[in-house]
Amino acid sequence: MNAGRNPQLGPDGRLVHLLTLEGLPAATILSILDAAEPFASFGEREVKKVPLLRGKAVFNLFFENSTRTRTTFEIAAKRLSADVINLNIGASSTSKGETLLDTIDNLVAMNADMFVVRHSQSGAPHLIASHLLATGRSHVHVVNAGDGRHAHPTQGLLDLYTIRHYKRDFRALSVAVVGDVLHSRVARSLIHGLATLGTPDVRVIGPRTLIPARVEGMGVRVFHDMRAGLADCDVIVMLRLQNERMKGALLPSAGEYFKHYGLTDGKLALAKSDAIVMHPGPMNRGIEIDSPVADGERSVILPQVTFGIAVRMAVMSMVAGN
Amino acid sequence: MRIEILRGRVVDPVARTDRVEPVYVADGSIVAVGAAPAGFRAERTIEASGLVVAPGLIDLNARLREPGLEHKATLDSELKAAIAGGVTRLACPPDTDPPLDEPGLVEMLTRRARHANRAHVHPVGALTLGLQGTTLTEMGELADAGCVAYSQGDAPLPDAQVMLRAMQYAATFRHRVWLRPQDPSLARGGVAHEGEMSTRLGLPAVPSCAESVALATILALARETGVRVHLQRLSTAEGVAMVRDAKRAGLAVTCEVAAHHLHLCDVDIGWFDAQARFDPPLRGTRDRAALRAGLADGTIDVVSSDHAPVDDDAKLVPFGEAEPGATGLELLLSLTLKWAAEEHVSLPDAIARVTSAPAAILGVAAGRIAVGAVADLCVFDPASHWRVERNALASQGKNTPFLGLELPGRVRWTLVGGQVVHEA
Amino acid sequence: MSADPPGVHLPDAERALETLASSLLTGVAHDAAFVGIYSGGAWLAERLGKLVPGEHPVGFIDVSFYRDDYASRGLKTGARRSDLPFDVAGATIVLIDDVLYTGRSTRAAINELFDFGRPRAIELAVLVDRGGRELPIEPDYVGVRVACARSLSIVLSRDAAGRLSLGAEPAGGG
Repeated sequence: MNAGRNPQLGPDGRLVHLLTLEGLPAATILSILDAAEPFASFGEREVKKVPLLRGKAVFNLFFENSTRTRTTFEIAAKRLSADVINLNIGASSTSKGETLLDTIDNLVAMNADMFVVRHSQSGAPHLIASHLLATGRSHVHVVNAGDGRHAHPTQGLLDLYTIRHYKRDFRALSVAVVGDVLHSRVARSLIHGLATLGTPDVRVIGPRTLIPARVEGMGVRVFHDMRAGLADCDVIVMLRLQNERMKGALLPSAGEYFKHYGLTDGKLALAKSDAIVMHPGPMNRGIEIDSPVADGERSVILPQVTFGIAVRMAVMSMVAGN
Repeated sequence: MRIEILRGRVVDPVARTDRVEPVYVADGSIVAVGAAPAGFRAERTIEASGLVVAPGLIDLNARLREPGLEHKATLDSELKAAIAGGVTRLACPPDTDPPLDEPGLVEMLTRRARHANRAHVHPVGALTLGLQGTTLTEMGELADAGCVAYSQGDAPLPDAQVMLRAMQYAATFRHRVWLRPQDPSLARGGVAHEGEMSTRLGLPAVPSCAESVALATILALARETGVRVHLQRLSTAEGVAMVRDAKRAGLAVTCEVAAHHLHLCDVDIGWFDAQARFDPPLRGTRDRAALRAGLADGTIDVVSSDHAPVDDDAKLVPFGEAEPGATGLELLLSLTLKWAAEEHVSLPDAIARVTSAPAAILGVAAGRIAVGAVADLCVFDPASHWRVERNALASQGKNTPFLGLELPGRVRWTLVGGQVVHEA
Repeated sequence: MSADPPGVHLPDAERALETLASSLLTGVAHDAAFVGIYSGGAWLAERLGKLVPGEHPVGFIDVSFYRDDYASRGLKTGARRSDLPFDVAGATIVLIDDVLYTGRSTRAAINELFDFGRPRAIELAVLVDRGGRELPIEPDYVGVRVACARSLSIVLSRDAAGRLSLGAEPAGGG
């Protein structure tokens, strides 16, 4: 029962790792979003870099493959002038019997300054951060790039950034999160962030097989009927349905899923007329979202990608300086 | 060896007595309580003023990890842990490597345990060969070798027809069957109790119905076959209610709870603390309350340690990959006393849950303080607290979620067969 | 706004601005861009853009990402987006700051400007030069020179009416 304190905050309350949005003070979340603003305009520069992390070694530790997320972290780190080392661990050390913490110790011995960690097990980044703290190496920072079903805090932050960009005030919004909430770290991080920033109405929509037990405890309302759930909402966040879950005991078929929970123009019309549509990508067109909606004027899916880099730059420069 | 234990508060869970009186031990047995036998000359005097003199604790579920898992613990280390915790008798489950499914293995284990000359060890034999859940073991041969009951350990028994046959066969020869109620398919992949905590942390969950579904099957088949079933590691409120109803309906079923389930719940996972990884998982606060009440009202007969020495490497991994379990032999007394104090249960009633009640389930004459009884005793200081720390534990397993906590009850002397085997 | 601590006499900021404007008037190219360093320098750039005749595009620069004290102090909160509404490549730029002290902010600003393009020339205009340089940087245009104890920071403030004034604070705020 020694795990009461979240290891992401230092003794002075400063953010030394980013592991989850749960429990982060609103001021900290907002300061990250604010810090991302200047990074969002990097297209104007001839040199798309700032020297903040010059000489720092950022290790992308991807124990689970994700070219897209790894690339956005890599671009963000490089724009901060860090040296980026990509390690696809799934294919190397664990198959030789090396444990996660052995891998970390070896990379710290190579003078790593920051780990960007993607892992299939919920809590793996917490384990790494606790280990660094327990072994007196808290100058090495950990950024969670997605752990199991638990958290994807930079995705949550970029979603919040996007919502703020288009909707300004979190305290007057209805946000609907649609799809496979059970397996979604994206949904969990966004729900924590919205709750902290005072969003009064957050809904999750999906079949009972894909909604986790007692999710109401996270401050959301549950809908199984998408039409009822989308009514009058300002923001719609569609979740990705993994291929392996489209057919089996959770769902009978992708087609039936689309019939009930796919976002079409017809269903979108039930939301507010200026509602925005978000998706963490990569999209399954025709399964969770219809192409006209994905490519339509209400879709902010591509701006999300751009904002994602700025938000990751903000997170890295904030934790590395603390 | 003739030993007198003076001025201690003698607690006998069978007679439900609790009074200060001397106890006299000779030739391995209790020869007198109250007045010294004529001409008794003690070779050793134990001054037990302010201490409790209780029967040695009996633990129905302690893994010794031998044979095959000596990197986690050994018979030697864990029997030391047992007597350090006041445990003088224990039953070990068959899930060793290889499993206890043939008489030679059981004989070797009991011989080695006797040779260690510490706590008595009662092996629980495998119910099916290799714990594979398909072929019955030679229960008769295993009984002759020393097995007191038959179980699947932590291995599942997914085939209800095999369960029915195993119970019918065991009932034919009045063998006892010990089972843990957990439906393997409903628990598949799960690492934490299904509820708000598993949802927040994104941990794959084990629903409560994994226990109630399995329990319904076990109770129905027990009713059908008349076998004496003992249920291990009950964890849910629904489970407690089902056992209460079954007992009320006259079914010969007994039941135990693991000590950690009396005190911890899923919230104690905190930020993915692998020390709080158990199987069955730590349940919700409502479940914990039901288990505590069920133990107090007798629905649950016994507290066991569910002792599982786990090496550090198996815990220094992400929560979902961590090996379930914790060291427990040395915490059993303290956690039972803590429950009793918090629930206002009398000391004799509390002591009964870890002495006379498990003795009855084992079918051994132990767990009481009376003239003629075997002198397996635990003398402890109920007022003294100790801090659970790695170097305070004799067990080779140093992992427990109680590390760093102060617990009541310090064992001062442990006697097995009239010999002082531990003093602190 | 802080009152002058004993022993420090700070000049009037509006007077110093007039002096700075007149020295720019005589020396600066008619199309030089005025780039103010947030936040005090930005106020000055806005004012000077109106005071100094010529075609002077006004821009702002935030040097938070180029500071050399990031490693010891972390990311400054409240960083703003640098805004340079002209083509930096080939431009003549007057970098404008409120107080010139060690020269480190100027160094950071020059570095940042080069990440937007290669300017033809960069000059430096400051409202207050308090000496104490730690880098080989000298201003081309100065409003006023002040001697000040190392234990104090000189801070430019702007009131609701837009009037500028100078104050002193204990150093160490960053």
